[in-house]
Amino acid sequence: MKRTSLSIILLIVFVNLFAQAKYFTKSGKIYFNASAKLEKVEATTRSAIAVVDSKTGKLQFAVMLKGFEFEKSLMQEHFNENYVESDKYPKSEFTGQIINNSEINYTKDGNYDAKVKGTITLHGVTKDVVASGKLSVKEGKLGLNAVFDILLSDFKIDIPGLVRENISNDTKITIECLMEPLKG
Amino acid sequence: MTKFRLTIAFLIVSCLMSTQGRSQQNDLLSLLPDNKPQKEHVTNAFKSTRVISGHSMEFLGPGVLDFRILHRFGPVNTGVQNLYGFDEAKMRIGLDYGIARNLMVGFGRSTLGKELDGFIKFRPVWQSRGPGSFPFSIVIVTSITLDPTKAPPVDTLKFQFYTSRLAFYNALIIGRKFSERFSLQLTPEMVHRNLVDSVLQSNDVYALGIGARFKISKRVAFVVDYHHILYGLKPGTYADPLSIGFDIETGGHVFQLHFSNSQGMNERALLLQTTDKWSNGAIRFGFNLSRVFTISKPKHTMKN
Repeated sequence: MKRTSLSIILLIVFVNLFAQAKYFTKSGKIYFNASAKLEKVEATTRSAIAVVDSKTGKLQFAVMLKGFEFEKSLMQEHFNENYVESDKYPKSEFTGQIINNSEINYTKDGNYDAKVKGTITLHGVTKDVVASGKLSVKEGKLGLNAVFDILLSDFKIDIPGLVRENISNDTKITIECLMEPLKG
Repeated sequence: MTKFRLTIAFLIVSCLMSTQGRSQQNDLLSLLPDNKPQKEHVTNAFKSTRVISGHSMEFLGPGVLDFRILHRFGPVNTGVQNLYGFDEAKMRIGLDYGIARNLMVGFGRSTLGKELDGFIKFRPVWQSRGPGSFPFSIVIVTSITLDPTKAPPVDTLKFQFYTSRLAFYNALIIGRKFSERFSLQLTPEMVHRNLVDSVLQSNDVYALGIGARFKISKRVAFVVDYHHILYGLKPGTYADPLSIGFDIETGGHVFQLHFSNSQGMNERALLLQTTDKWSNGAIRFGFNLSRVFTISKPKHTMKN
Protein backbone atom coordinates (compact mmCIF):
# COMPACT_ATOMS: atom_id res chain seq x y z
CA MET A 1 0.00 0.00 0.00
CA LYS A 2 2.74 2.35 1.02
CA ARG A 3 4.74 1.47 -2.06
CA THR A 4 1.83 2.05 -4.49
CA SER A 5 0.85 5.32 -2.91
CA LEU A 6 4.48 6.45 -2.92
CA SER A 7 4.90 5.59 -6.59
CA ILE A 8 1.62 7.33 -7.45
CA ILE A 9 2.72 10.42 -5.58
CA LEU A 10 6.17 10.38 -7.20
CA LEU A 11 4.48 10.02 -10.59
CA ILE A 12 2.35 13.09 -9.86
CA VAL A 13 5.46 14.98 -8.82
CA PHE A 14 7.41 14.02 -11.92
CA VAL A 15 4.57 14.73 -14.34
CA ASN A 16 4.15 18.11 -12.69
CA LEU A 17 7.83 18.84 -13.00
CA PHE A 18 7.79 18.13 -16.70
CA ALA A 19 4.61 20.05 -17.30
CA GLN A 20 6.04 23.11 -15.57
CA ALA A 21 8.98 23.30 -17.95
CA LYS A 22 9.72 26.53 -19.74
CA TYR A 23 11.56 26.49 -23.04
CA PHE A 24 13.68 29.26 -24.44
CA THR A 25 16.16 30.23 -27.10
CA LYS A 26 18.37 33.23 -27.72
CA SER A 27 19.18 32.34 -31.29
CA GLY A 28 15.74 32.17 -32.82
CA LYS A 29 15.50 32.98 -36.51
CA ILE A 30 13.06 35.58 -37.71
CA TYR A 31 12.69 36.35 -41.39
CA PHE A 32 10.47 39.03 -42.83
CA ASN A 33 9.46 39.76 -46.38
CA ALA A 34 8.00 43.04 -47.56
CA SER A 35 8.85 42.62 -51.24
CA ALA A 36 6.75 44.31 -53.88
CA LYS A 37 6.64 44.25 -57.66
CA LEU A 38 9.85 46.20 -58.24
CA GLU A 39 12.10 45.18 -55.42
CA LYS A 40 13.02 42.34 -53.10
CA VAL A 41 12.80 43.53 -49.51
CA GLU A 42 13.68 40.83 -47.03
CA ALA A 43 15.88 40.34 -44.00
CA THR A 44 16.80 37.77 -41.40
CA THR A 45 17.92 37.87 -37.81
CA ARG A 46 19.37 34.93 -35.96
CA SER A 47 19.36 36.41 -32.50
CA ALA A 48 15.70 36.51 -31.55
CA ILE A 49 14.76 35.57 -28.00
CA ALA A 50 11.79 33.29 -27.47
CA VAL A 51 10.29 31.86 -24.30
CA VAL A 52 7.33 29.55 -23.91
CA ASP A 53 5.69 28.25 -20.78
CA SER A 54 4.44 24.79 -21.64
CA LYS A 55 2.11 24.71 -18.65
CA THR A 56 0.12 27.78 -19.58
CA GLY A 57 0.93 28.12 -23.26
CA LYS A 58 2.22 31.64 -22.70
CA LEU A 59 4.59 32.67 -25.46
CA GLN A 60 6.92 35.63 -25.77
CA PHE A 61 9.37 36.79 -28.43
CA ALA A 62 11.74 39.73 -28.40
CA VAL A 63 14.04 40.88 -31.16
CA MET A 64 16.50 43.75 -31.56
CA LEU A 65 15.66 45.46 -34.86
CA LYS A 66 19.29 46.30 -35.51
CA GLY A 67 19.91 42.56 -35.70
CA PHE A 68 18.11 42.24 -39.04
CA GLU A 69 20.58 41.63 -41.84
CA PHE A 70 19.83 42.68 -45.39
CA GLU A 71 21.70 41.88 -48.57
CA LYS A 72 21.94 45.57 -49.44
CA SER A 73 23.55 47.69 -46.78
CA LEU A 74 21.71 50.80 -47.94
CA MET A 75 18.41 48.97 -47.50
CA GLN A 76 19.48 48.03 -43.98
CA GLU A 77 20.35 51.66 -43.29
CA HIS A 78 16.98 52.88 -44.55
CA PHE A 79 15.17 50.16 -42.59
CA ASN A 80 16.79 51.35 -39.37
CA GLU A 81 16.82 55.11 -40.03
CA ASN A 82 13.62 55.81 -41.93
CA TYR A 83 11.21 52.93 -41.41
CA VAL A 84 11.42 51.24 -38.02
CA GLU A 85 13.54 54.04 -36.48
CA SER A 86 15.51 51.58 -34.43
CA ASP A 87 17.33 54.29 -32.49
CA LYS A 88 13.99 55.32 -31.00
CA TYR A 89 12.42 51.86 -30.80
CA PRO A 90 15.24 49.33 -30.61
CA LYS A 91 13.11 46.29 -29.73
CA SER A 92 10.10 44.55 -31.15
CA GLU A 93 8.11 42.12 -28.98
CA PHE A 94 5.35 39.60 -29.22
CA THR A 95 3.38 38.56 -26.13
CA GLY A 96 0.68 36.00 -26.42
CA GLN A 97 -0.80 32.63 -25.90
CA ILE A 98 -0.92 29.29 -27.66
CA ILE A 99 -4.70 28.99 -27.68
CA ASN A 100 -4.79 25.25 -28.07
CA ASN A 101 -2.06 24.55 -25.52
CA SER A 102 -4.06 21.80 -23.87
CA GLU A 103 -3.93 19.80 -27.11
CA ILE A 104 -0.14 19.78 -27.05
CA ASN A 105 1.70 17.06 -25.20
CA TYR A 106 5.12 18.46 -24.44
CA THR A 107 6.36 15.16 -23.10
CA LYS A 108 5.62 13.17 -26.21
CA ASP A 109 7.70 13.56 -29.38
CA GLY A 110 5.64 14.70 -32.33
CA ASN A 111 4.35 17.57 -34.39
CA TYR A 112 1.43 19.65 -33.24
CA ASP A 113 -0.52 22.43 -34.91
CA ALA A 114 -0.51 25.57 -32.81
CA LYS A 115 -2.84 28.53 -32.95
CA VAL A 116 -1.26 31.63 -31.51
CA LYS A 117 -2.95 34.83 -30.42
CA GLY A 118 -1.40 37.89 -28.84
CA THR A 119 -0.01 41.37 -29.41
CA ILE A 120 2.97 42.62 -31.39
CA THR A 121 4.77 45.79 -30.35
CA LEU A 122 6.70 47.42 -33.18
CA HIS A 123 7.71 51.04 -33.79
CA GLY A 124 6.04 52.04 -30.55
CA VAL A 125 2.64 50.62 -31.51
CA THR A 126 0.99 47.54 -30.01
CA LYS A 127 -1.49 45.59 -32.06
CA ASP A 128 -3.45 42.33 -31.76
CA VAL A 129 -2.38 39.50 -34.02
CA VAL A 130 -3.25 35.89 -34.70
CA ALA A 131 -1.01 33.34 -36.29
CA SER A 132 -0.81 29.69 -37.05
CA GLY A 133 2.21 27.57 -36.49
CA LYS A 134 3.68 24.21 -35.78
CA LEU A 135 5.22 22.96 -32.59
CA SER A 136 7.51 19.98 -32.73
CA VAL A 137 8.65 18.13 -29.64
CA LYS A 138 11.79 16.10 -30.08
CA GLU A 139 14.16 14.74 -27.47
CA GLY A 140 13.17 17.31 -24.88
CA LYS A 141 13.63 20.24 -27.29
CA LEU A 142 10.83 22.34 -28.66
CA GLY A 143 10.73 23.58 -32.22
CA LEU A 144 8.38 26.39 -33.09
CA ASN A 145 7.52 27.57 -36.60
CA ALA A 146 5.01 30.36 -37.02
CA VAL A 147 3.95 32.86 -39.65
CA PHE A 148 2.50 36.29 -38.90
CA ASP A 149 0.93 38.63 -41.42
CA ILE A 150 1.02 42.29 -40.52
CA LEU A 151 0.38 45.62 -42.17
CA LEU A 152 3.23 48.09 -41.71
CA SER A 153 0.77 50.97 -41.69
CA ASP A 154 -0.81 49.52 -38.53
CA PHE A 155 2.47 50.28 -36.80
CA LYS A 156 2.78 53.83 -38.15
CA ILE A 157 5.51 52.72 -40.57
CA ASP A 158 4.83 54.87 -43.62
CA ILE A 159 5.84 53.89 -47.09
CA PRO A 160 6.30 56.99 -49.26
CA GLY A 161 4.43 57.06 -52.54
CA LEU A 162 7.63 56.91 -54.61
CA VAL A 163 8.52 53.47 -53.31
CA ARG A 164 5.07 51.95 -53.06
CA GLU A 165 5.92 49.51 -55.86
CA ASN A 166 9.16 48.61 -54.11
CA ILE A 167 8.00 47.99 -50.56
CA SER A 168 4.86 46.12 -49.69
CA ASN A 169 2.68 47.27 -46.80
CA ASP A 170 1.64 43.67 -46.33
CA THR A 171 4.54 42.02 -44.55
CA LYS A 172 5.02 38.37 -43.75
CA ILE A 173 7.06 37.46 -40.69
CA THR A 174 8.31 33.89 -40.36
CA ILE A 175 9.63 32.59 -37.06
CA GLU A 176 11.77 29.51 -36.65
CA CYS A 177 13.03 28.62 -33.19
CA LEU A 178 14.54 25.62 -31.55
CA MET A 179 13.97 25.98 -27.84
CA GLU A 180 15.60 24.21 -24.93
CA PRO A 181 14.29 23.74 -21.43
CA LEU A 182 14.95 26.66 -19.12
CA LYS A 183 16.53 25.53 -15.91
CA GLY A 184 15.44 27.09 -12.65
CA MET B 1 4.45 6.72 9.52
CA THR B 2 3.60 10.33 10.30
CA LYS B 3 7.02 11.50 9.13
CA PHE B 4 6.47 9.71 5.85
CA ARG B 5 3.02 11.23 5.41
CA LEU B 6 4.36 14.65 6.22
CA THR B 7 7.12 14.35 3.64
CA ILE B 8 4.62 13.33 0.98
CA ALA B 9 2.25 16.08 1.92
CA PHE B 10 5.11 18.57 1.79
CA LEU B 11 6.18 17.34 -1.66
CA ILE B 12 2.65 17.61 -3.09
CA VAL B 13 2.05 21.02 -1.61
CA SER B 14 5.37 22.39 -2.86
CA CYS B 15 4.62 21.08 -6.35
CA LEU B 16 1.22 22.69 -6.39
CA MET B 17 2.53 25.92 -4.94
CA SER B 18 5.31 26.30 -7.46
CA THR B 19 2.86 25.66 -10.28
CA GLN B 20 0.69 28.44 -8.96
CA GLY B 21 3.62 30.79 -8.59
CA ARG B 22 4.95 30.20 -12.08
CA SER B 23 1.73 30.58 -13.97
CA GLN B 24 1.28 33.93 -12.30
CA GLN B 25 4.52 35.31 -13.68
CA ASN B 26 3.59 37.72 -16.44
CA ASP B 27 6.88 38.38 -18.08
CA LEU B 28 8.61 35.21 -19.14
CA LEU B 29 11.43 37.14 -20.76
CA SER B 30 12.55 38.43 -17.38
CA LEU B 31 13.39 34.86 -16.37
CA LEU B 32 16.20 34.70 -18.90
CA PRO B 33 19.74 35.62 -17.89
CA ASP B 34 20.35 39.15 -19.08
CA ASN B 35 22.33 39.86 -22.21
CA LYS B 36 25.25 42.12 -21.58
CA PRO B 37 24.78 45.47 -23.34
CA GLN B 38 26.83 45.55 -26.51
CA LYS B 39 28.98 48.21 -28.12
CA GLU B 40 27.06 49.83 -30.94
CA HIS B 41 28.60 51.90 -33.73
CA VAL B 42 26.89 55.11 -34.70
CA THR B 43 25.71 55.26 -38.30
CA ASN B 44 24.25 57.84 -40.60
CA ALA B 45 25.85 60.99 -39.25
CA PHE B 46 25.64 62.31 -42.80
CA LYS B 47 23.45 60.92 -45.57
CA SER B 48 26.34 60.69 -48.00
CA THR B 49 30.09 60.14 -48.07
CA ARG B 50 30.49 63.84 -48.92
CA VAL B 51 29.19 66.75 -46.89
CA ILE B 52 28.69 68.68 -50.11
CA SER B 53 32.05 68.89 -51.84
CA GLY B 54 34.30 67.87 -48.98
CA HIS B 55 34.47 64.38 -47.51
CA SER B 56 32.19 63.45 -44.66
CA MET B 57 32.85 60.96 -41.88
CA GLU B 58 30.50 58.43 -43.49
CA PHE B 59 31.51 55.37 -45.46
CA LEU B 60 29.95 53.11 -48.03
CA GLY B 61 29.08 49.60 -46.94
CA PRO B 62 31.48 46.85 -48.02
CA GLY B 63 30.84 45.70 -51.56
CA VAL B 64 28.87 48.81 -52.43
CA LEU B 65 29.60 50.91 -55.50
CA ASP B 66 28.55 54.55 -55.58
CA PHE B 67 28.14 56.26 -58.91
CA ARG B 68 28.44 60.01 -58.41
CA ILE B 69 27.74 62.90 -60.73
CA LEU B 70 28.45 66.40 -59.53
CA HIS B 71 27.41 69.54 -61.34
CA ARG B 72 28.47 73.09 -60.61
CA PHE B 73 26.99 75.89 -62.64
CA GLY B 74 28.17 79.44 -63.28
CA PRO B 75 27.71 82.35 -60.89
CA VAL B 76 24.12 83.45 -60.37
CA ASN B 77 25.11 87.10 -60.61
CA THR B 78 26.01 86.82 -64.30
CA GLY B 79 22.46 87.73 -65.16
CA VAL B 80 19.73 86.40 -67.33
CA GLN B 81 21.93 86.33 -70.46
CA ASN B 82 23.87 83.57 -68.84
CA LEU B 83 20.63 82.08 -67.54
CA TYR B 84 21.93 82.96 -64.07
CA GLY B 85 24.84 80.64 -64.44
CA PHE B 86 23.10 77.64 -65.92
CA ASP B 87 24.83 78.16 -69.24
CA GLU B 88 28.17 77.26 -67.74
CA ALA B 89 28.30 73.88 -66.19
CA LYS B 90 31.23 71.95 -64.90
CA MET B 91 30.81 68.42 -63.78
CA ARG B 92 32.64 65.55 -62.17
CA ILE B 93 31.82 61.95 -62.80
CA GLY B 94 33.18 59.40 -60.37
CA LEU B 95 32.93 56.01 -58.77
CA ASP B 96 33.40 55.24 -55.12
CA TYR B 97 33.71 51.74 -53.74
CA GLY B 98 33.48 50.40 -50.21
CA ILE B 99 36.14 47.78 -49.59
CA ALA B 100 35.46 47.17 -45.92
CA ARG B 101 33.33 48.83 -43.27
CA ASN B 102 36.13 51.28 -42.53
CA LEU B 103 37.89 51.51 -45.88
CA MET B 104 36.78 52.97 -49.15
CA VAL B 105 38.33 54.23 -52.37
CA GLY B 106 37.18 56.39 -55.22
CA PHE B 107 38.27 58.07 -58.39
CA GLY B 108 36.80 60.59 -60.76
CA ARG B 109 37.33 63.12 -63.47
CA SER B 110 36.24 66.74 -63.48
CA THR B 111 35.57 68.74 -66.60
CA LEU B 112 36.98 71.68 -64.62
CA GLY B 113 40.57 71.57 -65.79
CA LYS B 114 39.98 68.00 -67.00
CA GLU B 115 41.44 66.94 -63.71
CA LEU B 116 41.63 63.33 -62.55
CA ASP B 117 41.45 62.48 -58.88
CA GLY B 118 41.59 59.41 -56.71
CA PHE B 119 41.34 58.92 -52.98
CA ILE B 120 41.55 56.41 -50.17
CA LYS B 121 39.55 56.92 -47.01
CA PHE B 122 40.14 55.01 -43.81
CA ARG B 123 38.45 55.11 -40.43
CA PRO B 124 40.67 54.01 -37.54
CA VAL B 125 38.13 55.05 -34.92
CA TRP B 126 34.36 54.76 -35.21
CA GLN B 127 32.00 56.65 -32.92
CA SER B 128 30.18 54.17 -30.73
CA ARG B 129 27.73 53.82 -27.85
CA GLY B 130 27.55 51.27 -25.08
CA PRO B 131 30.47 49.65 -23.27
CA GLY B 132 33.84 50.82 -24.61
CA SER B 133 32.17 53.72 -26.38
CA PHE B 134 34.03 56.56 -28.07
CA PRO B 135 32.51 59.98 -28.71
CA PHE B 136 34.03 60.70 -32.13
CA SER B 137 34.80 59.12 -35.42
CA ILE B 138 38.28 59.73 -36.77
CA VAL B 139 38.71 59.40 -40.51
CA ILE B 140 41.82 59.79 -42.65
CA VAL B 141 41.50 60.87 -46.27
CA THR B 142 44.33 61.00 -48.73
CA SER B 143 43.95 61.86 -52.38
CA ILE B 144 45.96 62.64 -55.46
CA THR B 145 44.89 64.91 -58.29
CA LEU B 146 46.44 65.09 -61.72
CA ASP B 147 46.05 67.81 -64.27
CA PRO B 148 46.55 65.86 -67.49
CA THR B 149 47.06 68.87 -69.73
CA LYS B 150 50.65 68.96 -70.87
CA ALA B 151 52.06 72.43 -71.06
CA PRO B 152 52.89 73.71 -74.58
CA PRO B 153 56.34 72.54 -75.69
CA VAL B 154 57.65 76.11 -75.54
CA ASP B 155 57.66 75.92 -71.75
CA THR B 156 60.59 74.75 -69.72
CA LEU B 157 61.46 71.09 -69.46
CA LYS B 158 60.06 70.63 -65.99
CA PHE B 159 56.49 71.01 -67.24
CA GLN B 160 56.89 67.87 -69.28
CA PHE B 161 56.95 65.72 -66.16
CA TYR B 162 53.48 64.60 -65.18
CA THR B 163 54.61 64.79 -61.57
CA SER B 164 54.70 68.55 -61.92
CA ARG B 165 50.99 68.50 -62.32
CA LEU B 166 50.25 66.36 -59.29
CA ALA B 167 48.80 67.58 -56.06
CA PHE B 168 48.28 65.66 -52.83
CA TYR B 169 45.51 66.20 -50.37
CA ASN B 170 45.51 64.88 -46.82
CA ALA B 171 42.88 65.34 -44.21
CA LEU B 172 41.94 64.15 -40.77
CA ILE B 173 38.20 64.25 -40.15
CA ILE B 174 37.05 64.34 -36.56
CA GLY B 175 33.32 64.03 -36.46
CA ARG B 176 30.46 63.33 -34.11
CA LYS B 177 26.80 62.58 -34.55
CA PHE B 178 25.40 64.56 -31.65
CA SER B 179 21.81 63.48 -32.15
CA GLU B 180 19.47 62.14 -34.80
CA ARG B 181 19.11 65.69 -36.01
CA PHE B 182 22.62 67.14 -35.74
CA SER B 183 26.09 66.06 -36.79
CA LEU B 184 29.29 68.08 -36.87
CA GLN B 185 32.77 67.40 -38.13
CA LEU B 186 36.07 69.29 -38.14
CA THR B 187 38.67 68.61 -40.79
CA PRO B 188 42.23 69.86 -40.48
CA GLU B 189 43.50 69.42 -44.01
CA MET B 190 46.33 70.31 -46.32
CA VAL B 191 47.15 70.29 -50.04
CA HIS B 192 50.64 69.90 -51.41
CA ARG B 193 51.25 70.98 -54.95
CA ASN B 194 54.36 69.55 -56.53
CA LEU B 195 54.93 72.61 -58.65
CA VAL B 196 53.60 76.10 -58.17
CA ASP B 197 53.60 78.97 -60.64
CA SER B 198 56.00 81.23 -58.82
CA VAL B 199 58.69 80.97 -56.20
CA LEU B 200 56.65 83.37 -54.06
CA GLN B 201 53.85 80.83 -53.74
CA SER B 202 53.78 78.11 -51.11
CA ASN B 203 53.61 74.49 -52.22
CA ASP B 204 51.62 73.65 -49.11
CA VAL B 205 48.25 75.06 -48.21
CA TYR B 206 46.65 74.36 -44.83
CA ALA B 207 42.98 74.69 -44.07
CA LEU B 208 40.32 73.76 -41.56
CA GLY B 209 37.06 72.35 -42.80
CA ILE B 210 33.78 72.44 -40.93
CA GLY B 211 30.87 70.27 -41.98
CA ALA B 212 27.48 70.20 -40.32
CA ARG B 213 24.18 68.47 -40.93
CA PHE B 214 20.79 69.39 -39.56
CA LYS B 215 18.18 66.75 -40.27
CA ILE B 216 14.85 68.31 -41.08
CA SER B 217 12.77 65.23 -41.76
CA LYS B 218 13.36 61.52 -42.24
CA ARG B 219 14.62 62.04 -45.76
CA VAL B 220 15.66 65.68 -45.97
CA ALA B 221 18.66 67.32 -44.31
CA PHE B 222 20.25 70.77 -44.40
CA VAL B 223 24.05 70.73 -44.82
CA VAL B 224 26.85 73.24 -44.58
CA ASP B 225 30.34 72.65 -45.95
CA TYR B 226 32.87 75.37 -45.11
CA HIS B 227 36.63 75.39 -45.43
CA HIS B 228 38.79 78.13 -43.98
CA ILE B 229 42.24 78.58 -45.51
CA LEU B 230 44.73 79.00 -42.71
CA TYR B 231 48.03 79.32 -44.53
CA GLY B 232 49.55 79.06 -47.96
CA LEU B 233 47.50 81.30 -50.22
CA LYS B 234 48.02 85.00 -50.64
CA PRO B 235 45.16 86.99 -49.07
CA GLY B 236 43.04 88.72 -51.64
CA THR B 237 43.72 86.12 -54.29
CA TYR B 238 41.27 83.57 -53.01
CA ALA B 239 38.05 83.06 -51.11
CA ASP B 240 37.10 80.42 -48.55
CA PRO B 241 34.77 77.91 -50.14
CA LEU B 242 31.37 77.82 -48.48
CA SER B 243 28.56 75.56 -49.66
CA ILE B 244 25.06 75.37 -48.24
CA GLY B 245 22.39 73.00 -49.38
CA PHE B 246 19.86 70.23 -48.91
CA ASP B 247 20.19 66.47 -49.06
CA ILE B 248 17.13 64.65 -50.33
CA GLU B 249 17.05 60.90 -50.12
CA THR B 250 14.77 58.66 -52.14
CA GLY B 251 15.26 54.89 -52.30
CA GLY B 252 18.74 54.26 -53.71
CA HIS B 253 19.52 57.87 -54.65
CA VAL B 254 20.71 60.85 -52.67
CA PHE B 255 20.28 64.27 -54.27
CA GLN B 256 22.28 67.12 -52.85
CA LEU B 257 21.14 70.54 -54.04
CA HIS B 258 23.24 73.48 -52.98
CA PHE B 259 24.66 76.92 -53.49
CA SER B 260 28.37 77.49 -53.32
CA ASN B 261 31.00 80.05 -54.21
CA SER B 262 33.31 77.31 -55.41
CA GLN B 263 33.24 75.37 -58.63
CA GLY B 264 35.81 72.85 -57.43
CA MET B 265 34.58 69.30 -57.17
CA ASN B 266 37.66 67.54 -55.94
CA GLU B 267 39.54 68.30 -52.77
CA ARG B 268 42.29 70.33 -54.40
CA ALA B 269 40.15 72.46 -56.67
CA LEU B 270 37.73 73.17 -53.86
CA LEU B 271 40.41 74.61 -51.62
CA LEU B 272 42.76 76.25 -54.10
CA GLN B 273 40.61 77.41 -56.97
CA THR B 274 37.88 79.37 -55.28
CA THR B 275 37.89 83.05 -56.10
CA ASP B 276 34.22 84.07 -56.06
CA LYS B 277 32.70 85.58 -52.96
CA TRP B 278 29.30 85.12 -51.35
CA SER B 279 29.28 88.82 -50.58
CA ASN B 280 29.31 89.59 -54.32
CA GLY B 281 26.44 87.28 -54.97
CA ALA B 282 28.84 85.20 -57.04
CA ILE B 283 27.32 82.00 -55.80
CA ARG B 284 26.65 79.02 -57.98
CA PHE B 285 23.88 76.50 -57.93
CA GLY B 286 25.05 72.91 -58.03
CA PHE B 287 23.87 69.42 -57.37
CA ASN B 288 25.32 66.05 -56.49
CA LEU B 289 23.64 62.86 -57.60
CA SER B 290 24.57 59.61 -55.96
CA ARG B 291 23.32 56.16 -56.83
CA VAL B 292 24.49 53.09 -54.94
CA PHE B 293 24.73 49.57 -56.30
CA THR B 294 25.45 46.48 -54.26
CA ILE B 295 28.24 44.71 -56.09
CA SER B 296 29.16 41.98 -53.69
CA LYS B 297 26.66 40.80 -51.16
CA PRO B 298 28.14 40.50 -47.72
CA LYS B 299 28.16 36.96 -46.37
CA HIS B 300 27.60 37.61 -42.71
CA THR B 301 26.40 41.16 -42.82
CA MET B 302 26.81 44.25 -40.83
CA LYS B 303 26.70 43.53 -37.16
CA ASN B 304 26.56 46.77 -35.31
